[in-house]
Amino acid sequence: MSEMILRDAMSKALREALDQDDRVFLMGEDIGAYGGAYAVTKGFLEEYGEERVRDTPISESVFVGAGAGAAMIGMRPIIEVMTINFTLVAIDQIVNHAAKLSYMSNGQFQVPLILRTVTGGGGQLAATHSQSFENWYASVPGLRVVVPSTPYDALGLFRASRKDNNPVIFAEHAMLYRVRGEVPDEYYEIPLGKARISKEGSDVTLIAYSGMVKVAEEAAEMFYKNNISAEVIDLRTLSPLDLETLVNSVKKTSRAVVIEETWKTGGFSGTIASDLQEAAFDYLDGPVLRINGPDVPAPYAKNLEQLMIPKASWIFDQVKYNFGL
Amino acid sequence: MTTTLNIDKDLALDLYSKMLLIRRFEEETERLYRRGKIGGFLHTYIGEEAIAVGAIPVLREDDYVIGHYRDHGHALARGLDPKLAMAELCGKSTGLSGGKGGSMHLFDAEKHFMGGHAIVGGQLPLAVGIALGIKLKKLDSVVMCFFGDGAVNEGEFHEAMNLASLWKLPIVFMLENNLYGMGTQVNRSRAGGPDIYKAAEPYLIPAVQIDGMNLIEVRDTVIEGVEKVRRDQTPIFIESMAYRFHGHSVADPSNYRDNEEVEENRSRDPIEIFKQNLFSANLATNEEISNIDEAIDNQIDDIRDFAESSPEPEEIELYSHIYAQPEKESNNE
Repeated sequence: MSEMILRDAMSKALREALDQDDRVFLMGEDIGAYGGAYAVTKGFLEEYGEERVRDTPISESVFVGAGAGAAMIGMRPIIEVMTINFTLVAIDQIVNHAAKLSYMSNGQFQVPLILRTVTGGGGQLAATHSQSFENWYASVPGLRVVVPSTPYDALGLFRASRKDNNPVIFAEHAMLYRVRGEVPDEYYEIPLGKARISKEGSDVTLIAYSGMVKVAEEAAEMFYKNNISAEVIDLRTLSPLDLETLVNSVKKTSRAVVIEETWKTGGFSGTIASDLQEAAFDYLDGPVLRINGPDVPAPYAKNLEQLMIPKASWIFDQVKYNFGL
Repeated sequence: MTTTLNIDKDLALDLYSKMLLIRRFEEETERLYRRGKIGGFLHTYIGEEAIAVGAIPVLREDDYVIGHYRDHGHALARGLDPKLAMAELCGKSTGLSGGKGGSMHLFDAEKHFMGGHAIVGGQLPLAVGIALGIKLKKLDSVVMCFFGDGAVNEGEFHEAMNLASLWKLPIVFMLENNLYGMGTQVNRSRAGGPDIYKAAEPYLIPAVQIDGMNLIEVRDTVIEGVEKVRRDQTPIFIESMAYRFHGHSVADPSNYRDNEEVEENRSRDPIEIFKQNLFSANLATNEEISNIDEAIDNQIDDIRDFAESSPEPEEIELYSHIYAQPEKESNNE
């Protein structure tokens, strides 16, 4: 067992991919000579050379599309788009092309492409650089969406993503790169579509992913101190979605809260709330609560930005108020 | 007077057959469309056949073809089964993609036909990736990527040209300039003027402009071009001047261009031009040509009957192939 930060778990995952599979190559903005905007690929260029660690021009559409094209003929590209905000420049290639090639060709072509990108706010980067769009991508049939919250999960989910033959949006939260955790030395994988119960409880189910898992865990601590037993579930992947684990938890707790960093309107929390109400209505003691960031563009000023990122206290107060616990 | 062409008789007749097959196939699609047997959008290639048939048969089996939504001509020139293509257009289970792609999205993995792509310019980044894959696999295949004059104003066009040249990728950029992006004339959409091949110059990609109505000119240019791409592992750019005889799609009455222009261009029918070339070079007789004409008419009957009599896809197919199956356990551990 080793302890490492999430950034190092991702570096380990990428090294493994390059070492084990000669169909794998990395491609993206400043991943080589610069070492990666978030330093995940630091030293890779020297180690693997410029054929397999490819610095691209700032041309997201063409290098994302090129990843899909290379994947069509059997390569297994791993692409880094510096932040999820910039994936919008390539959304045509992601949504109209990569996601559709298997279906439109009736399975003649597959696109085993991993698109790594950095999501989330909290770094005072203002409105264009602080967004979370993994929920958008999760609504597109044909894409997988992976949203790890721990070093252990990041490595295990990445290994499973490599075996998946579909385009995978692998969204790493900017504020989680320094999160530390145990990572076994022996090989393991975490299958896509299997949520993790990070803390067991019996009174209320807190459902979160990516940067919000930690917030939900903090809320669970607050509940514990108030004699309320909260179960925390980390979705790990939005697509596929592990509804079964959520339903089983709600059958036990009768109360559910979904916590998500992005805007409430159109948020993935809405999909989960709706799914839960359809699948487990008779077990619920009240509406499924949704705690999202408010529908505002991210501001720069630190105090204002903090007002739009859900906090443990928001969860605590909402649960107390709505469920009368 | 006898002229000499750089092809033998068998090839000449084969290329003529291919052009005619495309023409008759598409005339049949228009009839089927009017009869309600084909739905969605239907964009015919009628008038532009010399480009696909001049270019694609030059390629090897291990080369790749990718293009846009006006793709019937490219598909048939690449040797895709016309019955399966027609069944696809009719939304039948026997179609190339089981009826799930339709006219604008023809695919055939075995023939390295990497798709008709219907978002203008969207195929260019994919072509770059296929060429990159070829390079990384250390193969000597090439990618032939078709796009129209409408695509050159897309950012993806410029991104693709830049990266293909920067990374020295084996791509033949095949611009089919039929003068209109849907209904907007090139002169009204491009600041750089009508000679689009010049757009390749800033990217240091060698480019030529040729008469796309003349199969021999297309073929000779492509032979030389493909040889260069294969040898040097760098892209080239060929602009074929063309004209689509029918509307943008079957739904288009072509109000944006005047009849005189259409008639003038129709008088330069690429099939007629090629036929005259063959006669002048003593590569075909009237009898051989009429035999081919008759054979293709019969073939079209078979193609239509096959498509019409094929079953629709099973309802369960709605859910198939949204996702690919996971990779088999390998040595990844």
